[in-house]
Parts: sequence; C-alpha cells; structure tokens
Amino acid sequence: MKFTLSWLKDHLETQATLDEILYALTDLGLEVEEVEDRAARLSAFTLAKVLHAEQHPDADKLRVCRVLTDEGEKQIVCGAPNAREGITVVLCKPGDYVPGIDVTLGVGKIRGVESHGMMASERELELSDEHDGIIELPSGEVGERFVDWLAKNRPGAVDPMIYIKITPNRPDALGVRGLARDLAARGLGRLKPLNVEPVKGGFESPIKVVIDEVLKEKGCPLFTGRLIRGVKNGPSPAWLQARLKAIGLRPISALVDITNFFTFDQNRPLHVFDASKVKGDLRIHPAAGGETIEALDEKTYTFRPGMMVISDDQGPESIAGVMGGAVSGCTEETTDVFLESAYWDPITIATTGRALKINSDARYRFERGVDPDFTLPGLELATRMILDLCGGEASEVVMDGAVPVSDRAYRFDAKKVVSLVGMNIAEGDQRATLEALGFALKGDMAHPPSWRPDILGEADLVEEVARIASLTKLEGKPMRRAKPGVPKPILTPMQMREKAARRVLAALGYNECVTYSFIDGASAAMFGGGGEATRLENPISSEMTHMRPDLLPGLLQAAARNQARGFMDLALFEVGPAFHGGEPGEQALMATGLLIGATAPRDPYGSRRMADLYDAKADAEAVLAALGAPQKVQISRRADAWWHPGRSGVMGLGPNVIATFGDVHPKVLKAMDVKGPAVAFTVRVEAVPFPKSKTTTRAALGRSDLQAVERDFAFVVGKEVEALTLVNAAQGADKALIESVAVFDQFTGEKAEAQMGTGKKSLAISVRLQPRDKTLTDEEIEAVSAKIVEKVAKATGGVLRG
Amino acid sequence: MDGLDALKGKYLEGISGAGDEAALEELRVAALGKKGEISLKMRELGQMDPAQRQEAGQALNRLKDEIDAALKAKKSALADAALDERLKSEWLDVTLPGRPRRQGTIHPVSQVTEEITAIFADMGFAVAEGPQIESDWYNFDALNIAPEHPARQEHDTFFMHRATGDNRPPHVLRTHTSPVQIRAMQTHGAPIRVIAPGRVYRMDMDQTHAPMFHQIEGLAIDRDISMANLKWVLEEFCRAFFEVDDVELRFRASHFPFTEPSAEVDIRCSWDKGQLKIGEGDGWMEILGSGMVHPHVLRAGGVDPDEWQGFAFGMGIDRLAMLKYGIPDLRAFFESDLRWLRHYGFTSLDMPTVAGGLSR
Repeated sequence: MKFTLSWLKDHLETQATLDEILYALTDLGLEVEEVEDRAARLSAFTLAKVLHAEQHPDADKLRVCRVLTDEGEKQIVCGAPNAREGITVVLCKPGDYVPGIDVTLGVGKIRGVESHGMMASERELELSDEHDGIIELPSGEVGERFVDWLAKNRPGAVDPMIYIKITPNRPDALGVRGLARDLAARGLGRLKPLNVEPVKGGFESPIKVVIDEVLKEKGCPLFTGRLIRGVKNGPSPAWLQARLKAIGLRPISALVDITNFFTFDQNRPLHVFDASKVKGDLRIHPAAGGETIEALDEKTYTFRPGMMVISDDQGPESIAGVMGGAVSGCTEETTDVFLESAYWDPITIATTGRALKINSDARYRFERGVDPDFTLPGLELATRMILDLCGGEASEVVMDGAVPVSDRAYRFDAKKVVSLVGMNIAEGDQRATLEALGFALKGDMAHPPSWRPDILGEADLVEEVARIASLTKLEGKPMRRAKPGVPKPILTPMQMREKAARRVLAALGYNECVTYSFIDGASAAMFGGGGEATRLENPISSEMTHMRPDLLPGLLQAAARNQARGFMDLALFEVGPAFHGGEPGEQALMATGLLIGATAPRDPYGSRRMADLYDAKADAEAVLAALGAPQKVQISRRADAWWHPGRSGVMGLGPNVIATFGDVHPKVLKAMDVKGPAVAFTVRVEAVPFPKSKTTTRAALGRSDLQAVERDFAFVVGKEVEALTLVNAAQGADKALIESVAVFDQFTGEKAEAQMGTGKKSLAISVRLQPRDKTLTDEEIEAVSAKIVEKVAKATGGVLRG
Repeated sequence: MDGLDALKGKYLEGISGAGDEAALEELRVAALGKKGEISLKMRELGQMDPAQRQEAGQALNRLKDEIDAALKAKKSALADAALDERLKSEWLDVTLPGRPRRQGTIHPVSQVTEEITAIFADMGFAVAEGPQIESDWYNFDALNIAPEHPARQEHDTFFMHRATGDNRPPHVLRTHTSPVQIRAMQTHGAPIRVIAPGRVYRMDMDQTHAPMFHQIEGLAIDRDISMANLKWVLEEFCRAFFEVDDVELRFRASHFPFTEPSAEVDIRCSWDKGQLKIGEGDGWMEILGSGMVHPHVLRAGGVDPDEWQGFAFGMGIDRLAMLKYGIPDLRAFFESDLRWLRHYGFTSLDMPTVAGGLSR
C-alpha cells in the first residue's frame, strides 16, 4: 500500500513529523517498507535572480548571465532560451548533485567563459518532463530554499511517498483513511470527519441492474450504480495526477483516475462503464462457462461455469469485482458514464481471480474484504467528484440487493487483556482505543466496525488494544520454571540417538551434509522410490519432483558435484528422514554415510588406501554401537538393487533390517555421474530396538587369573565359504572355554588356488581359550583344537592347511 | 704380597683403554679367569702363615673387586656408546607431517539446532516432532488458516500428488513447524512447553530463499503465561544464543492467523563492515514472529482456551546460523560443497551445553 504524506493529511489532522508517523505506522503493525522523500534530493537548491543576460561571445545559443545568489553575484553560462534579466530561477551550485542529469556540478568553462553553477529546468530536477527552458518562479526570494518554496506553492512535488506492508487481516488499511484512523487512535492527531452528502439524482437511470437470486445469497449481495450524463472526460487535474503518479499509478483520464483514487483513498474500488456502449440493463449472474471477454488489460479471458459476470444484452461487460471489460471501458470521448459500486464476496472474488490469474487492485481489495456499509457512500462520493471534475448530471441511484449484515459483538474483558498481554492498561484507555477504532461498546459487548472483517472474537479485541497501546512498550517478565529443582532430561531416547549418530560419524571423519528432501524422479526410482505417492503435485523444478526414498541419492549427487570441483576423496554423511509414502508419518530416520576415493590424502608413509566395503561396515557398526544396538547381528545378502550384489550386506535383528552396507552398484554410480567405486552404509535409526528396561548397573566383571591360551588355525575352504560361518563353527566347539575367535588372515586369488587347489582359499583364525577353574593341560588344549577342526570341517568342508 | 700395585696399574689401564667387549673379556680372563693372574695369586695364599694370609687375602680381594667394578663400568660405558651410535643413525625427519586422519564436521544447521535446544531445555522446554508431509488440516485449518485465507493462497505451498479417486484434500509439505504445536497439544495437553525444530518447505528459490529450510517452533501453555513472559523468554534466548551480555528486543504488532495478539520481533543490532553486532547500534533486524496462541488453535489442540493461555513463536534456524556465524548464503547450506562443509562445520566435540557454553 502506497500513499503520500499530504494524502494522509487529507484524513488526519496532525502536527506529527514524518518520522513520528513512520515510527507509529510500523509499531501499529503497518510495517513501513520504504519511504521516498523527494524533498531530500532537492534540499541543496536555492532561489536566485538573473540580473543581466547577454549573448555568449562564441556561441549563438548560449547566454552569459549575472545571477544574484545567497552567496553574492555569480556568472553562469546558460543555454535556455528563456534565460533573461529579471526572472527568479532555481540555482544548482558547484558541488551539488543534479538528479535529472545524474551529475555533480563543478566550476566549468563553456566556450572559454567560466560558469559557476547552473539554472535548472523541471526535468533536471525530476519535477516533470518539461525541458523547454529553465524554471521561472512567479514568487520567492533570493536565497530561499527551493524545497521550502515548493512546500508552499507546489506541495505535491515534495510530498513524501510511504510504502507499507499490509498484513492480510487489514483490508481497511488498504485505504488511506484506514491508516489515518489507526494513527488517530494511537494519538497522533484527529481523524477528520468524512461528509458524505448524497447527490440528488435528476432523472431515472436508463440502465438498470439486476442480481441473479443465487448470487444475492453468496457472491454479490449488493450492487449500486447510476448514470452521469454529459460528462467531459479528459486528463484529470494536476493534484490528482500527482497523487496517482506518486504511488506509481499512471493517470489515464479523469473518470478512470477517480475510480483509482477511491480505491486507495477509501479502499473502495469502483468501476466506470461508457454508458453509450452498454446495451440494455446490467445483469450480475454466474457464468454458464465458455463466455469470453476482452478485459481492460487487453487480454481475453474465458469464464468458467459459476464465475461472476456483469453482462448486458451483448454479453459479458465485466469480470465482476476483478476487472472491467475493454468494450464498455471509458475513453476520452465518453460523455455518459455508468458508475458501479458493489459489494463482492471475498471468497468468490479470490477464486475467480486465482483461476483467471488476474492480479488487479480491485481483486486484491475485494478478496480481503472492503467495507460493505460504504458501498453506497462510496458511490455518492465518487459521483460528487465526477460532477466536480467532469461536469454532467447524475441520475437517481439504481441498486439491487441489500447491504450484507456485518454487525456482531464479542465480550470485551479488560482483565483478559492485562492477563494475556502482561501490560497494565487501564480499562478506560482500553475502551477509548476500541472506540477510536470504530468499535461500538455496549456494556461489555464490543461491536466491530463494518470495515473490520478480521475481528472475529475476543482475542481480536485484545490484539487491537495491545497494538494501539504499543507492544514496543512491553517489558519482559521472567517465566517460572514449570517445576522447581534440577530438571529432567528433555530429549527423547530417539532424539539422543539422532544426535549420537551424527556425532559419531563426524568423529569418524565424515562431513555432515543437509540435502534436499526432494530429488528428481529418475534418481528416486533407482532407490526404490519415484512412485505416484511420493510425487509432488507442484515441484519447483524437475530436479525436485519426488520425496527421497533414501538418503544415498542426495549424497551421491553431492559427491558428483564435489568430484566435478576436483575433490575425489570424500566421506559424506547425512542424518535425516527418508520417505516411503505420501501420508503423514510415512517417513523414517536414516543415518547414511558415503565413502569415495581414499581413506586419507597421500602421505610419505604409504598408508593411503582406497576406502572399501570393510570401512563402510566398520563405520556402520560404530553408528549401531552408538545407538545401543546389540553386538551380535545377522548378516545376509538381501541388499536392495542399488547395491553391488556381491559386495553388500544387510544387518538384521531377526526380520528387522537395521543397516545395509556395501559397494554402491556401478550402474547407479554411472547414472548419477559419480566416479566410483563408492562404498556406503545406511543405518535405520528407528529400527534398532531400545533395551526393555533401563538400568545404570553394569553386569559383574568376569575376570580370570588363569593364563589364557591363544591358538592359531589356518583352514583351506571353498572360496565362497563365508568367514562368519567358520568363526561361528569354531566358537561352537566349546562355548565355555572359547572366549573369542578372530579372523586374522585370508589368502585368496590365483596364487592361493595354485597352492591349495582350484576354487579354494585359506582363512586363518585365532582362538583364545580362557580357562575358569584350572590351568589347561596340553591334552586339554589338543582336545579343544581337534574339536574346532572337526566343527569347522563339518560346517564348511574345510581342512587344516598343511 | 708383592706386585699387587703393578698388577692393579696394568689391568686398570688395560680396562680403560679397551675398545670393545671382546678386549674387556680378554682382560677379565687374564686377571680373574681360572688361570688369571689374580686367581694364581690367590692360590699362593695357602702357603702363607695365617697372619700373612689374612693381610694378603684382604689386599687381593680388594684388587679383585676393584678390577671387577672397573670391568663392569667400562662394559656399561661401551654399551651406552654403542646405543648412542645406533640411535644417532636412527634419525627421522620430525618435520614430516603426522599420519593424516580425516576430519569430520557437523553441519551448522545441526549445530545451531543443538544450541537452541540446549537453551530452551534449560528453560524447561521439551523437543517435539512431527511429520514433514502434513495433512492440510494440521498445516492450515488447525492453525486458524481458513481455506480461503490469503496466506493459504499464496503460491508457496508444495502439494503432494493425489491419486484419482482419492477425494481428500492433498497433503502438503509442511510450510512451517507450527503443526507440531497442534500435535504436541493433542498428545500432551496442557500445561506444556515444547520446541519443535525441523525442515519446512516453501516454493521459493532465489538469491535469499531455498525451497527447504529449517524452523524452530516454540510453545508454552499454562494458566497465566503472558506476552510479557514471551518477551522475557525470547530476550533470554537471544542473550544466550548470541552470547552477548545485553540484548534489546522490540515487539512490533503484526498478524499471524494462529496468534492473537501477534508480534514481529526485532533485535537491536549494528552492521560494521559486514559484521553483525547484536545488542548495540541503531539498527533493528527482524528475527522472528510470535504471539499469544489463538483460542481456535488451542481448541484444535484439544486445550480449553477459557482455562489455558500461552505463547508461540517461530524462527529460522538457518537464518540464526547465518547471523551468529556470519554465513552469507542460505542456498549454500544445501549444496554440500566440501569446502563449505569444512569451513563452516563444527567438530564432533563441539557439543553445545549451557554448562560448558554454546560455542568455542
């Protein structure tokens, strides 16, 4: 909402300065976005008088003038034809910035003659487009500031323009009068009375209006209008043009400018039809659908069934409450005008405007809600202005429907205000505030004014009182703790988990990423998503069409971007939600890590190596440990399709998948432009069960003083025998005695097969025996060893390596 | 006994001049071996009378001990010299770098979320969560945003696809964390104090906007919580979060459908050469929106507005991170540029706590 200071002062009698007004507006919830103080740009310029002007010795079109200024006589060379003795001019001195030519003046020599400044034209000072000569002022004293002269003689030229952001609940503030009312309530002046004197009609309007019954219910409860004949349409007067220009509107013609004026002055959009182009009466009705109209924006729109239309005998003449039609629009030739002031239902207007994609000032206001009671007064005020500016004769008012009832009342409780806001505002002040805003107080019931459709309950009354009293004055009051004493932890176990997963991965050297929750459909499809359920209806780009089914695609895309910048060794992770469906709650918390390239930069010690499956596995295990997962998990090879089928594993607890790790499938890497290989893991943070009971007590430490014995075994097995099978078999040989079994060597490949036979490999384990009662004898150790060999043979077909 | 001094002189000299262990051994055998000179002298003792024997015996033993001690001392000296020699040859270039280790980082959004959580935890706020795909009821209606409300029509909501035949209104990606207020009230009732951090989504992408960002919602409901309490809580929060002794907040009347009265909150600050200073200067910067929870919202959460009242606020986590840590561009938060992650990230040990401080 834009307006100027002098416009505001049409409605507000005030001594307040511009700054005071700006501060109050923002504080009242009418946030000032921008102020254009045009006086500031002209503040350097002063009035001067030409004492003498003579022809320049070397230039036909130049004159050398002696000019009387506040700093004495100066010589100025001037090219304007009207530069002559005796005129009062506007002087720009060396050092001044001249806005219209974007130049800071210096002392110059023009064709050999020194010039100390310039005398400005209107265009050079951005006052108008006038540039035929320099400004000649009819009054003013030498040395007087030009802005002061303008303020006295042409106030519109130095009228500050103020742009405020209006929240959607305040349609009344979309009119200058509404702003003035708020400021007056705040105590910044007095709201001037608004006199609406009805214009007596001199004849019966030849154009009648009829609202279809269905629209009287909802859509258009009231339509008023009248004909004004014999008007002379042309440019509107300078003051009106200046106002509209100041707020960024283009003056068109007096009739159109008047409607625009009331739109901004009173939040009362109007429409003018050229009566000579209207055939028959006007009918407000729902569109059948398919009718077309060329609107004032010169675009053609097609009505959908049910949209509100104003039609005459020829067809649609206006998109009701949104935009008028071009055919019946007013032009300079218009002599008979039909003026419309109607009340349109906000929802209907919003629906139509949205569907037709028309953003007009009328739609903007009607969909927020104009003052229904002001429909007829608005018509009268506009009639008066048309008669004043364009002449003519007004008909009697024609109307259909009735003013919709907006009266309602809410209980006003001054104590509630104090309790909710926490500010002591006396009841008398509270009541005075509401009355200044137009509320009618009857006992403890407050009736909101017709221009405040946003007031819908007691809480709104509180807001009005608090807003006018100024929330800036609110002082903080300590809020007691909910319970005394040392507070209990506030994070849930799951929240602690999320934090733990993040911290442990950062500790392991991974960089945390936060990637978008939506990805492109093709990538989503590669990771088990990309279906209709997780598709966005209105994605912002083709890269963000589906909710991510997994965190890996986002990390792979991040990796590809980093590789493109030359970073080849990457350890990235993300902890966040992945979406398996489109219903609320169909999301699961994942912790995903991605390793590409080497585990560390090159070093002189040869410790650099490529990250592999076992790094991913170890890190997944570290996360699981941090989440409190049991140490023993089952490992299977049922990993999803985006993993390398031979190099990936799934960690499970029974049927419950808690993590997946492995090489990412090379086809996926290729599709996502990632230079591989890449290994990764995903931990399903919520799938790890919480312990059934929480105790801080640890189990007793079982420590034996007896010497433990370590024995190594190397087995030759088939090359697809899994180490875990062998380890479990060895472990099973004597559950009491065998404390641990660890694989410490693996010998595979061509050399191994050459030694041990085709399809074979060797696995070496170290078995630690911990006796509990007595030291082991050689015979006992031999017996366990034999059992281990036997168990392993049975489970894997392996034999001791010779 | 004669010749002992000569013997002593000969061996001690020999020992001190010995160049290696072998020479020492030779000397030991020559002096103390079975057929060594001192051993042979010992044998002579048997032929002496008791008085002589006692005297000579003592002298011989002393000599034997002296030579033995000299041998041991020399042996140790030789060993030390040999070790010194070896260690000297084991020289390594200590200016070479230590074996490299990857440095992991925590993303500023996670870090700042933990900072905020730590502060509000101290004031007794729990952390609530809710789904990111939300029903339009939770995202709008329950928050007093009617279907025709302009805020709902602003074209910044992402809608989920609806299968044909499914006539429910489409779900949305939550446009704010406010729906968590409703869910938290429905679950826990009143009194309640929660914050709700998380991802939110709006259809906005330009220099300063990303279609996804992070918000934190606060909600405190009790019998007598006022807007003045809200101001105090926010003042305390800002003081703790920005780690300054004084902050000044300005409440400015505004409008949100879910609060009444509503206020935008500005913080006093100055910008000095692009550096933000909180708590000083003549500038005001908008940092969050807040207000007293609207009775309709309380009702939607199953809380009786005649009995309970309280406040709610919402602020941008990414924005708070940008302000506190001087991070210029929001969109870079989600680009995962390794250089950015390393530069603006935090170490795993930077755990924000009220006891130990929020940042290092």
